[in-house]
Amino acid sequence: MRYRVKVEVSLKPGHSDPEGETTARLLRELGYSVENVSVSKVYTLLLNAASHDEAANKTEEMCRRLLANPTKDNYTICVEEAP
Amino acid sequence: MKRHEIRVCILRVGGTNCDMETKYAFEDLGVQADILHVNHVVKHRSLMEYNALVLPGGFSYGDYVRAGAIWAKWMLAKMGRELMSFVDEGRPVLGICNGFQVLVEAGLLPAFDGIAPYPEAVLAPNNPPGFHCRWVYIRHENNGKCIFTAKIPKGQVLRIPVAHAEGRFLFPKETETRCLKRLIENDQLVFRYCTKEGVEAGGKYPYNPNGSLYDIAGICSPEGTVLGLMPHPERAFYWWQLPDWTRQSFMPQYGDGKLLFESIINHLEKKF
Repeated sequence: MRYRVKVEVSLKPGHSDPEGETTARLLRELGYSVENVSVSKVYTLLLNAASHDEAANKTEEMCRRLLANPTKDNYTICVEEAP
Repeated sequence: MKRHEIRVCILRVGGTNCDMETKYAFEDLGVQADILHVNHVVKHRSLMEYNALVLPGGFSYGDYVRAGAIWAKWMLAKMGRELMSFVDEGRPVLGICNGFQVLVEAGLLPAFDGIAPYPEAVLAPNNPPGFHCRWVYIRHENNGKCIFTAKIPKGQVLRIPVAHAEGRFLFPKETETRCLKRLIENDQLVFRYCTKEGVEAGGKYPYNPNGSLYDIAGICSPEGTVLGLMPHPERAFYWWQLPDWTRQSFMPQYGDGKLLFESIINHLEKKF
């Protein structure tokens, strides 16, 4: 089966987000009442796996091995069947 | 081991820089230094022919995913066993800037309990944000474990430039205090950012250029044979690389960066 997996890697709470803070500051300069901006990264994977669970487990492993650094990153995984 | 027999491997991949400066620095001190693409080293299994390894600065693989992450995992996958043997035998491994990021992502630093399967720290985006290229002062903090700074008395202030966007050294928030304590107790803390007079930067910009925890600029492994630092010693090797050489009536022949290279070579001459 082919699965489309979305991985969102975001900063753990409590970590400063200089990119988000800079973006928020500029958006406020542009006149928007933006309270906060947090920046995250989204990876969309097209992946072959025997089942939904296997796709999720493989992606979990990929996050641990490469996509996220446990010191500062949280990640969420969303698996759906691909056409 | 005689000085002229020492061979240093300077690895490069797409996006590395300052490999030539590093080679010049070693050669100036009478040591053989080869710049090799990592594919060449993998293909010829030639890492163990060298006595020291340098991962230079730059933006390997475009700094995609995270700075240093791709090069780190690629190296572990393709030449992990050789790299581990190299480290286990106590052969020096120096990571400068991007090289430091690679060593952290590869679990080779801080490596509190040996080489870690996942990163135990991170070099996060600078705070204040952006790419900072400037001369900074760093204070030597090591009590003698780090072989790369054996020629530098504790407390000595060095002037060396940084050039990076991701140099904010952090431990996980939940274990930050414990990890920092362990780093200091293990004598793995090597350099901290400071003022010209050697007073700790206290996180203040521009002395601390990236917001690094505890003003950390460089750390070593528990054995002291793997060092990662954000400043570029190879860019402070000759007097003519220093920012004020036209304004000084007397300039030393070399910059502070030379002390690190000399320390590595002295260690190799004595130990091997």
